[in-house]
Amino acid sequence: MAYKTIVEDNIDILVAGAGLGGTGAAFEARYWGQDKKIVIAEKANIDRSGAVAQGLYAINCYMGTRFGENNPEDHVRYARIDLMGMVREDLLFDMARHVDSTVHQFEEWGLPIMRDPKSGAYQREGRWQIMIHGESYKPIVAEAAKKSADKVFNRICVTHLLMDDAKENRVAGAVGFNVRTGNYHVFKAKTVIVGAGGASNIFRPRSVGEGAGRVWYAPWSSGSAYGLMIQAGVKMTQMENRIVLARFKDGYGPVGAYFLHLKTYTQNAYGEEYESKWFPELQKMVGKEYLDPEVSRVVEFGLDYADGRFSLSPRIYYNLVDDYIQGTPLGAMHSQPKGSDSGEAAAPWVV
Amino acid sequence: MPTFVYMTRCDGCGHCVDICPSDIMHIDPTLRRAYNIEPNMCWECYSCVKACPMDAIDVRGYADFAPLGHSVRVKRDEEKGVIAWRIKSRNGETDLNLLAPITTKPWGTAIPQLKDEAAPTQEARDSQLLFNEPKYIRMDEGDIHTLESNGLKMKAGVYY
Repeated sequence: MAYKTIVEDNIDILVAGAGLGGTGAAFEARYWGQDKKIVIAEKANIDRSGAVAQGLYAINCYMGTRFGENNPEDHVRYARIDLMGMVREDLLFDMARHVDSTVHQFEEWGLPIMRDPKSGAYQREGRWQIMIHGESYKPIVAEAAKKSADKVFNRICVTHLLMDDAKENRVAGAVGFNVRTGNYHVFKAKTVIVGAGGASNIFRPRSVGEGAGRVWYAPWSSGSAYGLMIQAGVKMTQMENRIVLARFKDGYGPVGAYFLHLKTYTQNAYGEEYESKWFPELQKMVGKEYLDPEVSRVVEFGLDYADGRFSLSPRIYYNLVDDYIQGTPLGAMHSQPKGSDSGEAAAPWVV
Repeated sequence: MPTFVYMTRCDGCGHCVDICPSDIMHIDPTLRRAYNIEPNMCWECYSCVKACPMDAIDVRGYADFAPLGHSVRVKRDEEKGVIAWRIKSRNGETDLNLLAPITTKPWGTAIPQLKDEAAPTQEARDSQLLFNEPKYIRMDEGDIHTLESNGLKMKAGVYY
């Protein structure tokens, strides 16, 4: 079988990897470069690709300055403490002051965002989270990208960035292959936006066999954000984070929902609430500015959801299943067989 | 808990192959029906289940502890702007119907065609604003947050 080489030339802006970030970048790029040639190369189909393929039931970062809730500097403080100082605060501040306008545009595009019936503000489930009906979060943003890009190449896995021979230290495009046909694709571009994702399954998970796909981050995340950039000699800023998620037996996510909705906490094998136990020692090591239990505690936002840890009213219970299923349908399902066998549900709030 | 295909319902149209983010829904060349080629790479994202016009794809529990019999069915309708779930337990005790909106506007119509928008001014290009800013930050006349506007000072370097 002969593979073809397909060259796409004269690209002004190439977006390599079009999850929620890449598709959004293509949209924004169209405004600032209205006559530019914008091309997207994505490993899957942009309608359902990236870590938001299945939808999300919350937007996990929203300041709410519009409703007088948080200012960007509050988020900087939260993230600094959360990561014990390993942050570039200027970048955090910049992200935080722009994020609200993005969310407001999503609402204008049709993303259903829940509102607090009393205050009219977006429904909070945590200090930074707002609740959405997000089954079509990705398809909606993908529509915006399809409207904005000149061409969308689906099923192209970008493997390398090309360096410019004429200009030192400048990227001139990217190469990749079609995961279906094996054809080789060359993109010659003036600018490349890498919107590729991180890597999952770096550490061996406890789940084996067909459970191996049941990871928090998408199993198809192959680490392109690192592979592409490091090979091209990019300085990797704020890319040193690894996340190892505690999960519930036979379950997966959204782990945060348990903590936020049901006010649960994690404990170690000795039954200790280890997080708060180690706070004083850790605080001595890194300083109060970088670790402050008072600030990092979840601020409760009068959620009428969690009326006691396991005594949920029918409406609340229904809402939880409803939220849950948009993000992780199987979360609602996997308790089914157990629940019906033992007479009680594996997870009390899910069926 | 990967997907599986009811072979009698599948007509081999390939919608699932087209949408699967993990690229694991393939058409069997002999039977001409879709199947999951690599269950351990399945995220159970339901993209294929929602895309299947024949309702031929389902998702099962882990083989080691969850026998078949339960079901989670889904219908997604862009025209009506809703998604409908039905969860049935194996012993028939639970039968939940859930309906949620997927959009508040006719599908895709509210997204602006940026080619036709007024071009950004030179002043806007030189500023720190993104598209629709500063208006969309607070949906009022307020300007973008800066260190100065928020009464902050940049502290350089690492400090404890």
